[in-house]
Amino acid sequence: MALDTVAQAQANPEASQPFAELGLKPDEYARIKEILGRRPTSSELAMYSVMWSEHCSYKSSKVHLKQFGEKAVKTDALLVGIGENAGVVDVGQGYAVTFKIESHNHPSFIEPYQGAATGVGGIVRDILTMGARPIAVMDPLRFGPADAPDTRRVLPGIVAGVGGYGNCLGLPNIGGEVVFDQTYLGNPLVNALCVGVMKHSDIKLAKAAGAGNLVVLYGAKTGGDGIGGVSVLASETFESKGPAKRPAVQVGDPFVEKVLIECSLEIFAEDLVVGIQDLGGAGLSCATSELASGGSGGMKVQLDKVPLRDPSLSPEEILMSESQERMCAIVEPSKIARFLEICEKWDVTVTVIGEVTDGKHLEITWNGELIVDVPPRTVAHDGPVYQRPFAQPAYIDQVAKEAINVPLAKSDAEIKETVLKLAATPNLADKSWITNQYDRYVQGNTIQSQPDDSGMIRIDEKTHLGVAVATDANANWSYLNPYEGAKLALAEAARNIATAGAKPLAVTNCLNFGSPEDPGVMWQFAESVRGLADGCLEMGLPVTGGNVSFYNQTGDVAILPTPVIGVLGVIDDVRTRTPMSFDRAGLDLYLLGDTYEDLAGSEWAYMHNQRGGIAPTADLQREMRLINLLVAGRTKKIFSAAHDLSQGGLSATLTEMVLRHNVGATVTLENVGIALISETPGRVVVAIDQAQTAALTQEAAAQKITLTKIGTTGGDSLVINGAKISLTELRNAHSETIPKLFG
Amino acid sequence: MKIGVVTFPGTLDDRDAARAVRHAGGIAVALWHNDADLHGVDAVILPGGFSYGDYLRCGAISRFSPVMEPIIKAALGGMPLLGICNGFQVLAEAHLIPGALTRNHELHFLCRDQKLTIENTNTAWTSSYKQGEEIVIPLKNGEGAYMCDDETLAMLEGEGRIIARYVGENPNGSRNLIAGVTNEGGNIVGLMPHPEHAIDSLTGPSADGLGFFTSVLKALVK
Repeated sequence: MALDTVAQAQANPEASQPFAELGLKPDEYARIKEILGRRPTSSELAMYSVMWSEHCSYKSSKVHLKQFGEKAVKTDALLVGIGENAGVVDVGQGYAVTFKIESHNHPSFIEPYQGAATGVGGIVRDILTMGARPIAVMDPLRFGPADAPDTRRVLPGIVAGVGGYGNCLGLPNIGGEVVFDQTYLGNPLVNALCVGVMKHSDIKLAKAAGAGNLVVLYGAKTGGDGIGGVSVLASETFESKGPAKRPAVQVGDPFVEKVLIECSLEIFAEDLVVGIQDLGGAGLSCATSELASGGSGGMKVQLDKVPLRDPSLSPEEILMSESQERMCAIVEPSKIARFLEICEKWDVTVTVIGEVTDGKHLEITWNGELIVDVPPRTVAHDGPVYQRPFAQPAYIDQVAKEAINVPLAKSDAEIKETVLKLAATPNLADKSWITNQYDRYVQGNTIQSQPDDSGMIRIDEKTHLGVAVATDANANWSYLNPYEGAKLALAEAARNIATAGAKPLAVTNCLNFGSPEDPGVMWQFAESVRGLADGCLEMGLPVTGGNVSFYNQTGDVAILPTPVIGVLGVIDDVRTRTPMSFDRAGLDLYLLGDTYEDLAGSEWAYMHNQRGGIAPTADLQREMRLINLLVAGRTKKIFSAAHDLSQGGLSATLTEMVLRHNVGATVTLENVGIALISETPGRVVVAIDQAQTAALTQEAAAQKITLTKIGTTGGDSLVINGAKISLTELRNAHSETIPKLFG
Repeated sequence: MKIGVVTFPGTLDDRDAARAVRHAGGIAVALWHNDADLHGVDAVILPGGFSYGDYLRCGAISRFSPVMEPIIKAALGGMPLLGICNGFQVLAEAHLIPGALTRNHELHFLCRDQKLTIENTNTAWTSSYKQGEEIVIPLKNGEGAYMCDDETLAMLEGEGRIIARYVGENPNGSRNLIAGVTNEGGNIVGLMPHPEHAIDSLTGPSADGLGFFTSVLKALVK
């Protein structure tokens, strides 16, 4: 194909262009012509198509997401807010922490290993780009039914990809989720979270300021992989027909990324960059247009200087390529020599590809010919905004009327059967077959990881300051009531931080939904965002950023609305954290919080194919009092252990606690059928030494949290009323499920 | 006492190894793979990771890094040298330790708390332990199955050169449950599990790994 230059676009205004094939709608194409006052060149069309894709432009979600700004909490803790590569939070002692979740759902269905691997790689570069050293990753994953043949293809590949990439980067994997549900069968969810730490003064931003400064591309060479990943892949529903989309999946090399991390941190430490941006979705199109519009707007790039893995690539392909492990930096001319020296030390390919100008346009040339001449803001930020129609879907009222009809344990034999069934069901079974494929020890600062309620990392060896992170979503509740579901997920993630005694500080999110073109799905999305924004405002937690993944839909079947909420907390001394379980006999066990007949959306109901009912309502005031109690209990050394109740209710919580250190418990429960399986939110089991009874009673009363003594620790069984389950039997039930399915 | 910790491109556990040296009371000195100068260190650790991305074979490229030349020379002259995980793979590639490390028998990466017995306390790196002592330290690798021919195995067993063995179920398919091997002189040790991740029970499963680092400091004082 002949080179399409700006001159040709002017000379030949009516040439037909494949905008529809690139994912642009006719009105979007018309708007590009209006912005430029002419037809776009093929390179400009390529840039607009990827940057105006749903994935990059948030065109369907923008109108809702602005609530996170409008309902923003007044806080000094937020050093960098929404809009940059990742938000940055002040955690004290001069440290800043940045964290973010992103989805890599569609690529992971097509090519599980590389899809998951590059998902990890992408989020790690986002964190690095802020100037931070990445210190941990987490991976909330969702799959089709555990026994479905395609899950056997997808799950092992995704797990190996998360591990293969993250392990090779030297980042401890400190937690995540693994959930199975029919709706994820054709749409597995791979969300990846990364946490990074830096000093306040080291924060970096994506801006290209200062005319004459150099635009430097460093890292891997550019190849033909991932072309159109964001526009073709992440922004469309899968159809059973049509060409294979495999070439749209990127291929990663974690070794190159590890070297890129160390090289970049050395460059940052010597303060050699003015601005920086990683190359992820939309590749160079994104990096150049975002950097330029972050500055004054002017930038000249010689695209022919980009080092290529495949010399046959066209300029359009180079602009769209999503080859991994690349960064783009803005460097003052006086500092370029040292910059190149550090790259050479690490054997990292580095090329000056352009410079910042005092103009207003991003100008890209190919062998001297002008092929792109655009106002960069129109590419990066002025994408289309859709007011997608939304309406409450019919199923909402229908399911609310459905009564839940599940067996409730009465006899001792039924109690035992209930506990063992819940322990063994794939959603609640021991996931160590999966988590043992991830390195949780590297860097030597991991305080908590799976199966703890949250991951916890020490960030200062001298002062023992640490951060905790948890991610949660309850898609069953979100399906019944997306507004409450989002709030409940937020509450659960915050509670999971607080059980260890850390104080929740900030929120990130990854909102996974079906097609925004379906008004019912769009309503689920709108309600979830509204719930999350209201919840964060009420709990005083700022939203630092997030990610939206639409089109998780096969044909007419959308996934359950799955807003994954990540909460970051801080703990002043990791040595004093409250552990998740007890390691000795003779402690008293208490349940904090009230239990109601909350069976709608519960795991027990799911196991009995009951999807209806009314989801619980989030009581965030009570959740905050519970958090206060958990944090106070830690600082006053009241608790020997604390563990959250969530999916699987008290039965699952007790199972996990007794198996952790192989110390049993004897528990007496009233209304045992409901007590075992109810999933009423806002509850925690704590273990205390008897000497702490008065202190616990006093703290619980002060926070108005119901306190119920349920039993004591000890023995080699879990005894509930008259039912005795040996720890061996319980462990076998809990640990055999996943290896049997996937080992 | 100065203990060098080598960083190859793709090394991951270098900072952990340096921390373990400091915890044991030594001075950790960072050595760069491309610098053929040992900067006066008394012993060297080759830490874990994925040096050169495990390209070709684990450790096969690192073995030719400039820093390896003085290390090999000094180790053959008796300098204490410990290779952990990827470092063990480098030692095997450099033929400082016989045998080879191959894919785990279940063919995926495995990270878990692993029980070991210390079988030889007469090396530069194991003298702090008691003969037959059981310890728990993290094991984490994809290619940790120790393999060698029957003759070599008989020789290693006969000369007591297996310094640590896995207890219980074989985690990776290693012959004779071998977790660590020493050379004839007892100054070079290759170890698949990670003692540097078990120097306190706050961040590791135990503090059992510290003994490897206190051992070498004692050996150097003698």
